[in-house]
Amino acid sequence: MNSSAANEIDDALARAGDGAAATPIAVRDLVKRYGQVTAVAGLTFTIAAGSVTALLGGNGAGKTTTIAMLLGLLTPTSGEVRVLGADMTRERSRVAHRINFESPYMDMPMRLTVRQNLSVYARLYGVRNVAERIGTLADEMQISPLLDRQNGKLSAGQKTRVSLAKALLNAPELLLLDEPTASLDPDTADWVRSHLKDYAAARGASILLASHNMAEVERLADRVLIMKTGRIVEDAPPPALLRKYRKKTLEAVFLQIVRGNDAHGTQQRHV
Amino acid sequence: MILRYAYLFSASPIRLVELMYWPFVQLLMWGFLQIHLAENTSLFAQGAGLLIGSVLLWDILFRGKIGFSICFLEEMWARNLGLLLVSPLSANEFLASLSVMSVLRLLVGLIPVTILAKVIFGFDLLGLGLPLAAFFANLILTSWALAMFTSGVILRYGLGAEELSWGLGFVLLPLCCVYYPLEVLPGWLQPVALALPPTHVFEGMRMVLLEGVFDAAQMWRALGLNVIFIAAGYISFRLFLASARVSGSLSQIGE
Repeated sequence: MNSSAANEIDDALARAGDGAAATPIAVRDLVKRYGQVTAVAGLTFTIAAGSVTALLGGNGAGKTTTIAMLLGLLTPTSGEVRVLGADMTRERSRVAHRINFESPYMDMPMRLTVRQNLSVYARLYGVRNVAERIGTLADEMQISPLLDRQNGKLSAGQKTRVSLAKALLNAPELLLLDEPTASLDPDTADWVRSHLKDYAAARGASILLASHNMAEVERLADRVLIMKTGRIVEDAPPPALLRKYRKKTLEAVFLQIVRGNDAHGTQQRHV
Repeated sequence: MILRYAYLFSASPIRLVELMYWPFVQLLMWGFLQIHLAENTSLFAQGAGLLIGSVLLWDILFRGKIGFSICFLEEMWARNLGLLLVSPLSANEFLASLSVMSVLRLLVGLIPVTILAKVIFGFDLLGLGLPLAAFFANLILTSWALAMFTSGVILRYGLGAEELSWGLGFVLLPLCCVYYPLEVLPGWLQPVALALPPTHVFEGMRMVLLEGVFDAAQMWRALGLNVIFIAAGYISFRLFLASARVSGSLSQIGE
């Protein structure tokens, strides 16, 4: 990360001010039920400042539901979600300018140019020197040639880079990412991972990412939370999981867990 | 947020034409009918511009509501609403931006048609003077109340409820006595009509055009009803939003 970007991050940090030292994410006894269906069944975890944590799980494991509750998009049935010290069911507005989010399942308006979209979101997040910040991010995310193109005319990979630029506009202390390298070719995906890692290190930011790309998780994450049927069944750094399951790759560990076997190959009970 | 909608119009100027198209078509149809009726009935001969005035005021109500709803639906169609709802934008700020946009969209459509009404049919809407401001304010308040309610329903139940956004305004058309006086309605329906703020506006407009009298008390009654309508619209939007956060429909918006 270049020095001007580091300076912008320092500026943003100075602006954030209030409660900057709060734990990025603290979740206790979190439950979400839809009628008779339990999507999240009592999660308790915290995310340390400056860490990169991966949230893994098969389809329907509860990852998206958990992220939606962390963002305040979904109200828990019971339990507590605190993000940067704020209760997300009641105080989301207190910290919304200090976090950001990227997901391939949400989009920015198609008819607006990339620059217009970034400009609107920069203002929503209270970014100062909007044009300068967009210029800096465009250079970093290699989207400068796309700035005056309509969002709807970008390739999926270009859209992902633009979405990441939007997610970094306010130099967030906490970045929530859903499949951050979906639709990217391996080279660009690798570059994005490096950038995210550098960003987290330079900013001291925390990242929580949901991903099905195990190579990505091994590369980025300090810690892995594996969910199954709404519960966390593993919580450890990637090397510890590899040792515990005696596997060479995280993908092999993941497959063993989602297929219902514990580290000893016997049918798993939730912890 | 207003900047966001301004960008949208600059990217697609055809939308500006669309804003003027239907009001213009309505103006022509009802304007020529007005000429025909004025030549053959004493009522319309007395109240010059009665139908054209009704058309233009109905457009304030209808286009005001549609302008609000379209801006809201744009975010749903663009799969952008989820990103907005996790940003620092508050629900109140979002509603305020939609309200401002509804007025701006309305003016884009109304100003040229008002000029054409003067040029083609000799009806000067601005000639209504101060009463016009009261009519406009009351109609736009009703349109916001209805739009907040329908936007809340769509937020909670998804785009499947989109038809409500288009259809609800038309329910008011027969009940609010847009083109005929209150006495035309059966007695049992008149209290229902009087509970709707626009009824007082259209009655007030007819009084100005036919008798040259502006009944300020009627506008105060409309404003009082609008306070109730706006409160109900706002509360229903917030309740639907809270319900959508519980049901999970917000987190499914983008998927």
